Amino acid sequence: MRRIGIDVGGTNTDAVLIEEGKVIRAVKAPTSEDVTTGILESLKGLGSTGALKDRKIDGVMIGTTHFINAVVQRRHLTKVGAIRLGMPATASLPPFCDWPDDLAALVRGGVWMVEGGHEYDGRPFMLLDEAAVLKAAEEMKAAGLKSVGISAIFSPLDPSHEKRAAELVAKVLPDASITCSSDLGRIGLLERENAGLLNAALADLARDTIAAFEKAIRDSGIEAPLFITQNDGTVAEASQARRLPVYSFASGATNSMRGAAYLSGLSDAMVVDVGGTTTDVGQLKHGFPREANSVVKVGGVRTLFRMPDLLSIGLGGGSHVQLDPLKVGPLSVGYRLLKEGIAFGGKQLTTTDIAVAAGVLDLGDKARVAHIDAATCKAVFAEAARMAEEAIDRMKTEAGDVPLIAVGGGAFLIPEKLAGVSQVIHVEHGDCANAVGAAIAQVSGECDQIFKDLTRVEALSTAQGIANDRAVAAGADRATLKTIESEDMPLAYLPGNSVRVRVRVVGDVAAS
Amino acid sequence: MSLREITADDVESLAVGAWVLGTGGGGNPYLSLLNMRLLHREGKRVHLIDAEDLADDAYVAVIAGMGAPLVGIERLTDHRVFARAARLMEEHTGRKFDAVMGMEIGGGNGLRPLLVAAHLGVPVVDSDTMGRAYPEAQMTSVAVGDLKPCPLTVVDVRGLESVIETVPTWKWAERVGRKIVVEYGSTASTCQPPRSGAEVKRWGIHGTTSKAIAIGRAVREAQRTHADPVAAILAVEPGKLLFRGKVMDVARRVTEGYLRGVTRFDGLDEFRDSTLTIDFQNEWIIASRDGAPLAMTPDLICVLDSVSGEAVGSETIRYGQRVTVIALPPPEVFLTPKGLEHVGPRAFGYDLEFRSVFSA
Repeated sequence: MRRIGIDVGGTNTDAVLIEEGKVIRAVKAPTSEDVTTGILESLKGLGSTGALKDRKIDGVMIGTTHFINAVVQRRHLTKVGAIRLGMPATASLPPFCDWPDDLAALVRGGVWMVEGGHEYDGRPFMLLDEAAVLKAAEEMKAAGLKSVGISAIFSPLDPSHEKRAAELVAKVLPDASITCSSDLGRIGLLERENAGLLNAALADLARDTIAAFEKAIRDSGIEAPLFITQNDGTVAEASQARRLPVYSFASGATNSMRGAAYLSGLSDAMVVDVGGTTTDVGQLKHGFPREANSVVKVGGVRTLFRMPDLLSIGLGGGSHVQLDPLKVGPLSVGYRLLKEGIAFGGKQLTTTDIAVAAGVLDLGDKARVAHIDAATCKAVFAEAARMAEEAIDRMKTEAGDVPLIAVGGGAFLIPEKLAGVSQVIHVEHGDCANAVGAAIAQVSGECDQIFKDLTRVEALSTAQGIANDRAVAAGADRATLKTIESEDMPLAYLPGNSVRVRVRVVGDVAAS
Repeated sequence: MSLREITADDVESLAVGAWVLGTGGGGNPYLSLLNMRLLHREGKRVHLIDAEDLADDAYVAVIAGMGAPLVGIERLTDHRVFARAARLMEEHTGRKFDAVMGMEIGGGNGLRPLLVAAHLGVPVVDSDTMGRAYPEAQMTSVAVGDLKPCPLTVVDVRGLESVIETVPTWKWAERVGRKIVVEYGSTASTCQPPRSGAEVKRWGIHGTTSKAIAIGRAVREAQRTHADPVAAILAVEPGKLLFRGKVMDVARRVTEGYLRGVTRFDGLDEFRDSTLTIDFQNEWIIASRDGAPLAMTPDLICVLDSVSGEAVGSETIRYGQRVTVIALPPPEVFLTPKGLEHVGPRAFGYDLEFRSVFSA
């Protein structure tokens, strides 16, 4: 296996080449406004020693924060027409009803609520009102909408109404991108629909971004399939990622944690990922990040994504340092570090300047920070350590001391000894852990469905089969599939031994 | 008669507090909260009235959603359908309601009387009939009081409307009502047997909406100031800290249409080297520490997220969650021999003598 992992972050585009499980080469390049240039530069860097020459590459896996940033920053979003199939139920809580006003104003292109949807046991809740769907599509066409989100009651159990409505809309709007909520999973109409609407809002950005990724790879002369990494540490083929960009929301943080696990050889540990502006603290369980327990808000919108449970604090390599009184972060120079940091001729004192003064980092011009004395450096490092300790303590699920893996470009801020930590592990290539995490990502498949009148064993094995098929359809090698989550939940009050089963499997990417 | 307006902020607090009083069941109040926010934005205002301020002959609607919380999160909650259940009762009995109260303060039902009150233009009584959440219709103070168990209206948004005119006992009301609810798709809006002002005064569990608001306000304030939200609850309620730990196992099974099972927690901090188990039937029923019963129904057992202070439900509790378990004192009406017959450990099939964690 020979793979390239790339992490397109806000500041840097990191790339690594992994061969047979070993990091052969790792490089960093500044992220460019057009995305393509940054990736091209990093690929050029990877190949500069001839490491890529005449070598077959099995896959290029890219992780990016582009899509979530677009939602958080309210940029590059497409107006969406929302169709909900569930009338006469759900009428008082229409699509977008629990969105922040500013985001709803940007994304809501119109709401059409028509009859349709199913019951928990598969009976239709109402027959699908096809005429109303066609009328909605005509009105969307008149309004110039090109992106559509469709949701229906209990569509994870029976997606047929959503799929039929999508067909009808496509007849009227053949070029529209259409997201069905059932493609995004779980029970919980509002949260699933929200995910679908966010996904539809990202349609244009996803198309352009992934086209840019593909062009960059092509221009660099590499012939390999493109995969995009997802929130849960797995990858999707480019075509699927283009269709479902929301699944890539939290992939940056997940990749860092998976990379930390890989580089350290530990599968259960705390991970601290120190970037330029923020530090993320999370916990590895069996090599994957612990997932958040509850509903996750993205840009203020409730969703049901699989997201890593992370605590972010304002500490990083670009954090502003104020000396009297002593304060580190949360403000940061971010990607402007190489212009604004004192060691680089700028005026803002940062944690990186302190590290240069203390001789921890060899960057910029040491003479420019020579006036910072050792006691000051010590005090700043102590403050950074205190901030990290507090965050680690809040994320720990056990009282004893645990190992901690420190990764990211700002990992120099994490000292060798911390309270509550048995051992601080700094790893080689730790500053590119996110790209390593991307390179080693697997493919997953999930089934989350209610089964009736089956034994528990039958229900679990049926769900397992569906999850396996979905993983293979997503590009996994069937022989390597492993179940990493299996949960069954009998449903209170429902007759006929109803049970909700959720199974998730992962496997290695199949050789092309 | 003094009416107190329930402010938009009170409603937010009520949603958090009602979920805590749900003692693991009752469904998350979020969808009812969204409906109430909407009604508030439309200018609808709801007022709270104390039971003692009701006229003896006042006619009071008792509102409850019935069904599976899981169906509820797909079919959503619509305030108009709950109002329709009350209107149907008015049409059927020929009397207009003077006030609305909830059957159950715990979970999503804690907010539903507000939705109906906004439509009917009448106040919400600061009382309910459970003081928490319970799974069955006979597990109420009015059933302990042997008040009349009918009529009952059951309404579905598709124009399906039933009136159960006569049933001899509360158990029959539960059985027949449940059948209709299942046929409607396992979720329905109901108007429970109406009560007179005198009945509410005698048999209602009082001050429960105010209590839920106070609990929710304490939790939200603690979240805002990064204080300990569990300590904040114990500062406003005479509760007891039972355990702090981490979920190690959740075993669930369905018997007779209910979610039953056991959750096991390993202790943290001062509870290290100790294990807590909680048996549940939708709601948390019996908590045992290292094998010995520690707290049991009708004591309220509340499992809270240790960080946020928000309640954790038996349907959604998951391995690895860090939780704090507290007990809150039960309504007096359930402490009598008759009350314990309805909601004590034996009503849930446990051959145990009730012993309150608060009597020690």
